[in-house]
Amino acid sequence: MADAKWMLKMAARDFRKTGTKLVLFVSAIVTGIAALVAISSFGDNLRKDIDRQAKELLGADLVLSNNADFGIDDLDTLSAERAREINFASMVAFPGKGESRLTQVRALEGDFPFYGSFEAEPEQSESDFRAGGKKALVEQLLLKQFDAKVGDSIKVGEVVFEIAGALTKVPGQTGITATVAPAVYIPMEYLEETGLVQFGSRVNYLRYFALTGQEDAPEIIEAYKEHWEEEGIRYEDVEARKQSTGRSFGNLSNFLSLVAFIAVLLGCVGVASAINVFVKEKLPSVAVLRCLGVTAAKIFGIYLMQIFIMGGIGSLVGAGLGTALQYVLPLVFSDFLPVEVTVELSWSAIMLGTGTGILISLLFALIPLLKIRTVSPMMTLRPEAATIRFGKDPLRWAVVGLIVLFMVGFSYYLLRNWEQTFWFTGYVFFAFGLLWMIALGIMKLVKRFLPLWMAYPFRQALANLYRPNNQTVALIATIGLGTAMISTLFFVQYQLLDEVRFADKEDQPNMLFFDIQTSQVEAVSQKLTDADLPILQEVPIVTMRLNAVNGINKRVNEQLPEEEKRSGGLYNREFRVTYRDELISSERIVKGELVPYLEPGDSIFVSLEKGYAERNRLEIGDEIVFNVQGRPMTTYVGSYRDVNFRQVSTNFLVVFPEKVLENAPKFHVLITKTGSDQEAANLQNEIVRDFPNVSVINLATIVDTLEEILGKISFVIQFMALFSIITGVLVLISSLIISKFQRIKENILLRTIGAGTKVLVKINTLEYLFLGSLAALSGILLSIIAAALLSIYTFEIPFRMEWALLGAVYLGITALTVFLGWWNSRDILKTSTMEVLRD
Amino acid sequence: MGNEDFYPSKMNILQVQNLTKTYQSGNRKLTVLDGVTFEVMPGETLSIVGPSGSGKTTLLGLCAGLDTASAGSVLLDGEPLEKMSEDQRALLRNRSVGFIFQNFQLLPTLTALENVMVPLELKGRKDAQKVALNLLDQVGLADRATHYPTQLSGGEQQRVSIARAFANEPKILFADEPTGNLDTETGEMIEGLIFKLNEEKGTTLILVTHDLELAQKTQQIINIKGGKLQEVTHG
Ligand SMILES: Nc1ncnc2c1ncn2[C@@H]1O[C@H](COP(=O)(O)OP(=O)(O)OP(=O)(O)O)[C@@H](O)[C@H]1O
Ligand SMILES: [Mg+2]
Repeated sequence: MADAKWMLKMAARDFRKTGTKLVLFVSAIVTGIAALVAISSFGDNLRKDIDRQAKELLGADLVLSNNADFGIDDLDTLSAERAREINFASMVAFPGKGESRLTQVRALEGDFPFYGSFEAEPEQSESDFRAGGKKALVEQLLLKQFDAKVGDSIKVGEVVFEIAGALTKVPGQTGITATVAPAVYIPMEYLEETGLVQFGSRVNYLRYFALTGQEDAPEIIEAYKEHWEEEGIRYEDVEARKQSTGRSFGNLSNFLSLVAFIAVLLGCVGVASAINVFVKEKLPSVAVLRCLGVTAAKIFGIYLMQIFIMGGIGSLVGAGLGTALQYVLPLVFSDFLPVEVTVELSWSAIMLGTGTGILISLLFALIPLLKIRTVSPMMTLRPEAATIRFGKDPLRWAVVGLIVLFMVGFSYYLLRNWEQTFWFTGYVFFAFGLLWMIALGIMKLVKRFLPLWMAYPFRQALANLYRPNNQTVALIATIGLGTAMISTLFFVQYQLLDEVRFADKEDQPNMLFFDIQTSQVEAVSQKLTDADLPILQEVPIVTMRLNAVNGINKRVNEQLPEEEKRSGGLYNREFRVTYRDELISSERIVKGELVPYLEPGDSIFVSLEKGYAERNRLEIGDEIVFNVQGRPMTTYVGSYRDVNFRQVSTNFLVVFPEKVLENAPKFHVLITKTGSDQEAANLQNEIVRDFPNVSVINLATIVDTLEEILGKISFVIQFMALFSIITGVLVLISSLIISKFQRIKENILLRTIGAGTKVLVKINTLEYLFLGSLAALSGILLSIIAAALLSIYTFEIPFRMEWALLGAVYLGITALTVFLGWWNSRDILKTSTMEVLRD
Repeated sequence: MGNEDFYPSKMNILQVQNLTKTYQSGNRKLTVLDGVTFEVMPGETLSIVGPSGSGKTTLLGLCAGLDTASAGSVLLDGEPLEKMSEDQRALLRNRSVGFIFQNFQLLPTLTALENVMVPLELKGRKDAQKVALNLLDQVGLADRATHYPTQLSGGEQQRVSIARAFANEPKILFADEPTGNLDTETGEMIEGLIFKLNEEKGTTLILVTHDLELAQKTQQIINIKGGKLQEVTHG
């Protein structure tokens, strides 16, 4: 006890003089901890808010949906309120503006949402809309896009509505969904008149219920479940919505916590490196204390206490900052949030952050600190007296083991998946290892082959990279990894966009018309021909469901043991199927063959997309009974096709032979290639005007939408990755301060032997140019590897270099490093010779 | 050998027996100390002289238990150093040993007073501050108590380190060229201080020096050359 008190006293005494330095050393973890605390507080609050606002998320107690109209009479008596919605994708046009785009039209009847409300501007617009008349509520985003405003007209099918209000929020919908398919609400009574719901159209029928309270949703679901499943009706209650929303946001916040954790790790590398220098400076004092008779354990304790306290302060400051940062996060995430997020203190997040910070900074600091135990008191008599060799200390390896264990544990805690944990920690280790090796390798090379022919400032700057107490490795690791994160993000984003853009250049189709009725095919084709455009494909589409595979229907399948069961999605899916006897350019047969249907009575052989077939264990020769709009049709799997889904084309999971489905109800798709974007826009508007039920997708729109979505996603990730860059900057600054005294001495020495300020500045700038370049290039190398892996394995697109992007990243990071180096060395250059002697 | 351990008349404070230190450099064995034997009685003063690189510092370090010998034995205040762990030796140092170094070796983060207090605090003395102030007064630095080492001149630093060395009232004091980094005048002042305190407190003094004049002031001089004991002169 007395010992601990004395140790604390000594720690405090030591801290007086070197404390400010230590504060700087541990400051590197502050940003990481702040990010971690901010994101997990935010996640906590979001979870609470999803719980609290669960009813508003769904807007009702129970929602049923199907792609055919259905009546639920029993429920009508059980419920207090009912609402009906019919929705489908359709083009809308803004008369007078001559422009159109694909939206989701929702015909509404009843007072949905029963909980929460539409948020629309102006305020009275919702009641205005509900009061009746040809009025529509339109997603604000859509209005902005077409420069339309409340009071303007919008044409949905054959009907022109007045825009009653701009929707800013629809229950349970996020900004992202609005980007993909902005919603247009119209009154149900005018649906018929639009003429959009026709035979073969893909329409969703929804029913919303508010219950009376006599029976709750789970009870009702339990009672009707079987019946609904038989009819293919999907159901969702508040609890189910709460869970699915909670799950996806849980995943998001865990993923972002992981990004924050990387910043913490980077900070720790900085801490370890700074403590390493700190320990080196302390070794003489340690030797003196040994001479005075202080035991190794006590001396170790004195310094451990200081680092523990500093780690604690750093973590607490980080936690405080992180809590404050929470106020910003709702803005960052605004496009993704389905609920209003409140900002509250989250003690669990603060504890998680502080605990993580203290523990991991201590672990990293221990690696250099352990050296203190092995200092020989002989060092007082002979300064070069040896300490035990670095790597040989078994405790050091134990600490490294603990760090690995902590990392794996923490990642698993966030990911709850061993495979992902393995990949994540594996790549982090690989990245650190690579950066470490690059740094060491470069230092060795420079030391060995420092070219004599180089001008003096170059040589001196290069030599500075391996000066005693240098931070080269730590800087390359932290700045490099920070660079790698940012660069990978942009890289992947650019890759995905380019993939879509290039499709245009490669003479691929770029415009797709769908939902064309059989009676309209000829007229639409004629329009294209008149406009001198090629009809690249004309594809009939028949919708059907799957009844049974090898005699096993949905009911039987559900009773099978888990490992024999096929995914329920197979039975619930609405298949869009085409028929033809040959392949198109985006596909090839990989197994079996296309078997034509020659005469009545022949077996029907269908061709399946390979991946889908394999995922659902559908083998060549299996018997599949499809339900073609009420008529069962027995088929056999004849072949697998490998389909390239990247092309703008109609790709199918199931292809039938000709002469089987010709008489089934169907719709058509036409594909063409236009020249300029203007030509495409004109054609689109003309078709939409003449054939309101036909929907159009053109490549330019897809690129725009994708760009917007990726931009939003990457903004969030970049925001988190920013913390890593800031951490790198902090490590850089602290390393500059650590080496300041040494730099001043060097500079004065150089000045006394006649080097002018110009030369000194040159040396300084060059040193940081080398360092920044090395770090940036290593980071870029890592990002190339990561982006290549992601492209090939996750996104399945060919890998393409993005030279311009990488060049920009290189310049940015190097410039930042040089700037910080220059900024910090201004006063070094100004110091007079005397000051050094006096210190 | 057994009978050599036995000293009927008076118990010695330091007994060095056949002390040998070798370093392995590559595959060559370097013998730095070779079978050195001598002894020192309590209160005695002894100086170790010899050319540079002869092994003086090595010998001092071994005698004080800062390093371990390759062969031979050191009996310090009746305790066999080679049989003790580093921590046990540390405790022995705190109890019975004081040091004065050529380059002062004050703890840079502690004030002059605190530097002197450390050995006392280690012993758990409640009056550490009073005793330390008194010692600083004895070396003439009472008014510099709150100054840090960097704020003191070399001679002042060495005086603080002398105060620290005497703080725990050591039975034996080791000094490795205590005046080596000082000018002649300051050096003589430091020498005087060491001998004065040594006499007052009855401390044994082991001194490494190049300065033969200084060595003459001690009762015993041992001269080593190439790691071997050349001669022992009794003054
Ligand atoms: N760790 C070591 N490894 C190898 N040789 C060593 C080591 N430490 C000391 N030596 C050698 O031992 C010899 C004696 O060194 P020591 O420091 O004891 O000499 P010294 O008599 O104190 O010299 P000086 O008067 O210059 O201080 C020297 O030749 C030195 O090079
Ligand atoms: Mg010496």
